[in-house]
Amino acid sequence: MKAPTIRNPFAAKPLPEQPDIEAAALRSDRFRIEREGDWRRLEQIVRRLERGAFGRLSDEDIADLPVLYRQAASSLAVARETSLDAATLRFLEDLVQRAWYQVYGPRSGMFRWLARFLRGGWSRAVRAIWLDIVIAFAAMAAGIAAGWLLVARNVDWYYALVPGAMASGRVPGASRAELAQTLAIESSSNGLSGFAAYLFYNNATVCILVFALGFAFGVPTVLMLIYNMAMLGAMAWLFNSVGLLPEFMAWLCVHGTTEFTAILLSGAAGVHVGRNMAFPGDSSILGATAQAGRRAALVMLGCVIMLVFAAVLEAFPRQLAGFEARLIIGIFMGLVWLSVFVLVGRKSADGDAA
Amino acid sequence: MNAADRAHDARRRRQLVTPEGVPLDIVLATRGARLMALVLDYTIIFFSMILVFVVLLVTGVNLNAIEDNGVGEFLFVLFIVLMFLLFNGYFIAFEMGPRGATLGKRMAGIRVAARPQGQSGERLTAEAIIARNLLRQIEIFLPLTFFQSIGAGGSAWIAGSLWFAVFMLFPFFNKDALRAGDVIAGTWVVEAPRRKLAEALSLGQAQATSAEPAYRFGDEELSVYGEYELQSLERVLRDGDDKTLEAVHEAIVRKIGWQAGSGDEREFLEAFYTALRARLEGGMRFGQRKADKFSEVDRSGTRLR
Repeated sequence: MKAPTIRNPFAAKPLPEQPDIEAAALRSDRFRIEREGDWRRLEQIVRRLERGAFGRLSDEDIADLPVLYRQAASSLAVARETSLDAATLRFLEDLVQRAWYQVYGPRSGMFRWLARFLRGGWSRAVRAIWLDIVIAFAAMAAGIAAGWLLVARNVDWYYALVPGAMASGRVPGASRAELAQTLAIESSSNGLSGFAAYLFYNNATVCILVFALGFAFGVPTVLMLIYNMAMLGAMAWLFNSVGLLPEFMAWLCVHGTTEFTAILLSGAAGVHVGRNMAFPGDSSILGATAQAGRRAALVMLGCVIMLVFAAVLEAFPRQLAGFEARLIIGIFMGLVWLSVFVLVGRKSADGDAA
Repeated sequence: MNAADRAHDARRRRQLVTPEGVPLDIVLATRGARLMALVLDYTIIFFSMILVFVVLLVTGVNLNAIEDNGVGEFLFVLFIVLMFLLFNGYFIAFEMGPRGATLGKRMAGIRVAARPQGQSGERLTAEAIIARNLLRQIEIFLPLTFFQSIGAGGSAWIAGSLWFAVFMLFPFFNKDALRAGDVIAGTWVVEAPRRKLAEALSLGQAQATSAEPAYRFGDEELSVYGEYELQSLERVLRDGDDKTLEAVHEAIVRKIGWQAGSGDEREFLEAFYTALRARLEGGMRFGQRKADKFSEVDRSGTRLR
């Protein structure tokens, strides 16, 4: 009697026994039998790769994958011309396709990709859309100016531009003391990290929206930038009217240099996509759009990371630090981002097309 | 498969050329499969959200009165970050994986691939996946915020529905069934191949090897059929349905002018399949192909579709 053995249910099934090559009457069957072992081995490797079970692949398997893939591809080319076995042909078509997806799939793992992204891919993408950044910046500046001028001419505009929830006490006619109170230093940090998380969620969603609206040739993106900045312009006018403009700027500056840069970049990313859809140049519209979209996606991922910083800065230093500290932190962060965009990833700019 | 089906299939077929110069046929996913995948994915996201809420409830955390102590605040932060990751990271993380598909797409048997810009196939990159999924913000979530502002009156509903319809119907107005995200990212959604290797039919039977084969077919008898009939015969043999086997047996016997016997249909058909394949493949080697029983032998040697 055989001793009972415990079989690993996840163990790979042994390869089926190969039929004797002598048994084949047809040349195409002999062709198949000679190569079947390699095909099945390739299928097994590909199946493991698809499952993400890199650990269970031996070095030998990894080294052989490209060779096996090329063999299968050439088998397919030959079989198409010599074999009428539909089942084998269809299997080979599928196998080569699956292997193709793996061999020419995403080149590196998530973390390696992220490291490369931070070490230069992001900065290069930002530099590549400089023209769109200029356009988005112009739209934002126009928005601020419009907000300021509209409210300066007729105070009623303030209520149209700043929704009630955002205003929270910052309304025309409020006294200087009341307005100063909204910029005051909080006494404790209770509840601020929750506030930061909420801010991040909200801002990130808005940024993604601003980018995605670029799909309509960038027009809604520009409109949204103008509208949002008009709100800021209106508020700036209000604080200026009671002589609190420097304090308001410092209060805004802490997180603003980060947050507004992120909004600027997502707006620019949206404009970039829209502009390339409208004016594709030499390439096809779909080709130009796809290229612009991929570049813009890199910029957007960076924006989401910036917004994490912005939310933390908005919740803590803005509420806890004083006038000078606010200004210094804000300007410092602004310089950090600027140097990241201008300086990082210059060296390998031509070698690696991230 | 009837003719209409095949014509429809051909419309979804695209070709790309690998760097090795081998043309590969890929089949675009049907819009129905993609809709199903989308519904499945949002069901999964929705139920994970419910799960989070239930876990919070069971552990006695009240989200509304949470910001009092440090622990509660930490949970709140965790909750918001989790929501962000669930709504934005779910699609990106799964599609970046080796299968290029979310759980819903996997169940529907489809995957994301890079749309070739020209002839040759392209790598699916991380930035393409990020781009195609960021667009969901305007395709799905923006109209939802329209519906939320129901207080504004019926016009918000109309605007939201219109917006939603524009993006949902987008795949119907281009030949590659691209949605807005696919356009931006240069991707498309294709059927994920996963066929297993079937046993060879022409092997392991006495007919092929024995010195005295039971059936012998002459040139005359084999020249009536072409590749289409051969492949139909292969399908019949693989399905192995007795009724069909009998019917096919009778048709072939009548066509080649033999006397119909009975009880030995399978053996006869396998022998006929092997002999016919040998003949047609022999012709192929000399660049002569015969598409079906109606066509003359094509001597140009071009690939048949």
